[in-house]
Amino acid sequence: MATTVQPPTVKEIEKRSVPETGSGNGGWRPQGGDQRLLQEYAPPPASTGIWVGLAAISMTFAALTSALIVRKGGAVDWQHFTLPSILYLNTVVLLASSVTLELGRRRIAAYMGGLRTTVQHPARWLYITFSLGLLFVAGQYIAWRQLSAQGLYLATNPSSSFFYVFTAGHALHVLGGLGGLGRAVRKLNHLDLRRSTLDATARYWHFMGALWVYLLVLLWMKL
Amino acid sequence: MHDISHAHAAHHAPTSFIGKYVFSLDHKVIGKQYYGLAFIAVLFGMFLSWLMRLHLGWTNLPIPGLHLLSANGAPGNVMTPEYYLQLMTMHGTIMVFFVLTTAPFAAFGNYFLPIQVGAEDMPFPRFNMMSFWITFAGFIVLVASFFTGDGPTLGGWTQYAPLSAVGTVGGPGEGLGVVLWAASIALFCIGQLLGSLNFITTTLDMRTRGMSLWRLPLSVWAWFITSIMGLTAFAVLMPACILLILDHLAGTSFFVPSNLVINDQLQPHAGGSTLLWQHLFWFFGHPEVYIAIVPGFGIVSHVLIPNMRRPLLSHRVMIYSMVALAILSYMVYGHHMFVSGMNPVSSIAFSFPTLIITIPATIIVLIWLGSLYGSRLRINSASLFALGFISMFISGGVSGFFLAQPSLDIMLHATYFVVGHFHMVMAVAAMFGIFAGTYFWFPKMFGRMMNDTLGKVHFWLTFVGTYAIFMPFHYLGLAGNIRRYQAFAPDYMQPFIPVHKAITVAALLTGAAQLIFVYNLIHSRFWGKPAPLNPWEATSLEWSTPSSPPPFDNFGGKLPVVYHDPYQYGIEGSSGDYVMQTSPEQIHTKSDEA
Repeated sequence: MATTVQPPTVKEIEKRSVPETGSGNGGWRPQGGDQRLLQEYAPPPASTGIWVGLAAISMTFAALTSALIVRKGGAVDWQHFTLPSILYLNTVVLLASSVTLELGRRRIAAYMGGLRTTVQHPARWLYITFSLGLLFVAGQYIAWRQLSAQGLYLATNPSSSFFYVFTAGHALHVLGGLGGLGRAVRKLNHLDLRRSTLDATARYWHFMGALWVYLLVLLWMKL
Repeated sequence: MHDISHAHAAHHAPTSFIGKYVFSLDHKVIGKQYYGLAFIAVLFGMFLSWLMRLHLGWTNLPIPGLHLLSANGAPGNVMTPEYYLQLMTMHGTIMVFFVLTTAPFAAFGNYFLPIQVGAEDMPFPRFNMMSFWITFAGFIVLVASFFTGDGPTLGGWTQYAPLSAVGTVGGPGEGLGVVLWAASIALFCIGQLLGSLNFITTTLDMRTRGMSLWRLPLSVWAWFITSIMGLTAFAVLMPACILLILDHLAGTSFFVPSNLVINDQLQPHAGGSTLLWQHLFWFFGHPEVYIAIVPGFGIVSHVLIPNMRRPLLSHRVMIYSMVALAILSYMVYGHHMFVSGMNPVSSIAFSFPTLIITIPATIIVLIWLGSLYGSRLRINSASLFALGFISMFISGGVSGFFLAQPSLDIMLHATYFVVGHFHMVMAVAAMFGIFAGTYFWFPKMFGRMMNDTLGKVHFWLTFVGTYAIFMPFHYLGLAGNIRRYQAFAPDYMQPFIPVHKAITVAALLTGAAQLIFVYNLIHSRFWGKPAPLNPWEATSLEWSTPSSPPPFDNFGGKLPVVYHDPYQYGIEGSSGDYVMQTSPEQIHTKSDEA
């Protein structure tokens, strides 16, 4: 048993470029001559873990969605307002960051797979993704400033309350995703990045994009 | 043969005191930390209940020193009505969250789930460490409310709006006290979400070679099912708490309705929905009570089987029933809201699955009873508490049949009938599960045996005492004793007072009996008889570790290989009366020929 304490050799990195088996190998297909020993492929924990995390985040926003529907349904004080147009630009930025992340992911897989001489600056697309993510958060902040310039603050009206709650909640999770990206870049620079970690980070980031599209449609329809 | 001697989640053994005992990444240390937190919480929560019981029995009795806990709440050491509600709120909150969720799930689950699946540790040890310390921070924030402003919130552990959302005008503790309560619970939710993440991933991805899902012990299944419930339930409560905090601090109106007048003051909020809070809370709240009890199902099964020396009537039906219980738990939450003013047709929609949910619960109990019938159960402290769990679950669960029907619930809602129901089925039964797990696993955790004689005395005193406390609650409720009252109206409630006095005496004596357990726990930890590696002759993986307590990586550098189902007792043709999961011995059962 060991976590790697020395920087891995090229051979070890190359081994990691193929899907990993779980450490467990507990399972249900007979292996070899001993029929009592069961084998199955177990996904890497990061892969399962990210799905579990995304399930929890989905439940959180589902709860807020139902709160919005209930609150609006019984409201006599609901005040509709037009969403700041910058939100649409922010959406494009966030979706573009998903594209750049996918480009980066494939590039890094090639790099870690041994194509060192042909793949230069493997982290480049990750940096671009990171920048676009920051740009998205900044754009959200501008949207809040635009709303407050119109006199719509958190407590002004239930519609504005939900707008700020949803967008701030999403932005917080995007900041978390930026933290994950930063960690992936750091590990890549130390040649210590597992493919499962990168895949999990990417999955989270794409989910943030999909979640934002859902929230935008919800806010556009309901607020 | 595959090289199974490595693990993804392995981390180096710490060398510093801080790394070993404080900010530890080791799931076993984290499990013990959770147990310690639950231990402190239960002592504090029990102390609060004694104060409440003294006040109920002897309303104007000065309790010496009470003014130290609250100068405003207990002038002259006699608690005010508001202070009674504050104590009640904190008692419920501490017990439900920091005892009943923490001990059977987070404490025992963290310690034993990785070992029972054959892993060296959880896959995300840092998240695991964070989960404990965030939970601990939540506890500190909650207790801090005793010492701030005008004390803790008084709205009950359910914190119904609008009382919880209107601020200080609602009474003492309704300002900062509510904010601290909501912040504490939000922190608790985050901590438990991180814990659930680890539990689910460990169960699915970290099982050792040969450990299929059907070969997992029932305790692992219980923790796995509970963690899935926790993932979905806590993720709903957390945003609800955030919205409540916003209503307090940011002037929003998620939960406060229009035209609300309190103390002749029109409240500034408008348009909020008080029912919204109840829906959000109980969507969490009902799965939460199953989160409190399902680990107990797993522990009781896991404890009874080696003591019966035979498996349950059906391993798979037990698992299916627990899964069914978990799924149905999301469909029944409205039975807490029958008299809330929601559409009465909704009451039918919630009543029906509430009655249906009794089916898997009954199947679970019948499997236990059917398995016990004809067995020669070994009687020890652990098996006694497991039996006590079954008794409490039946007694407390039966009253649920009545509460499940809206027409009866109209009369019984907010009476002591409900209080008796949930104390027996949740508080006492779950506590018995914690005791059973403690007596059973103590030898593995600390390498020493607990004193079995003291354990049996502890059991009988607690068993009789808790029945003496909570069975009368049902009769009080049927007679019309309203809950959450700190005193008794000078008419039909006067005959209840002698009953409350008797209950208070029982509560104090039963509480005192717990000192036997505390003594046994501490004494055995340091001076108990050294335990053999497998004192119960049990089959699951925790009993195959090379030492007690297990080494840092659980299995001494070589992960086990699993050949058998978890509960192979009394197998014809085997060399002994039990076959450990790791034994390469060939035995012939249907499941081994998969």
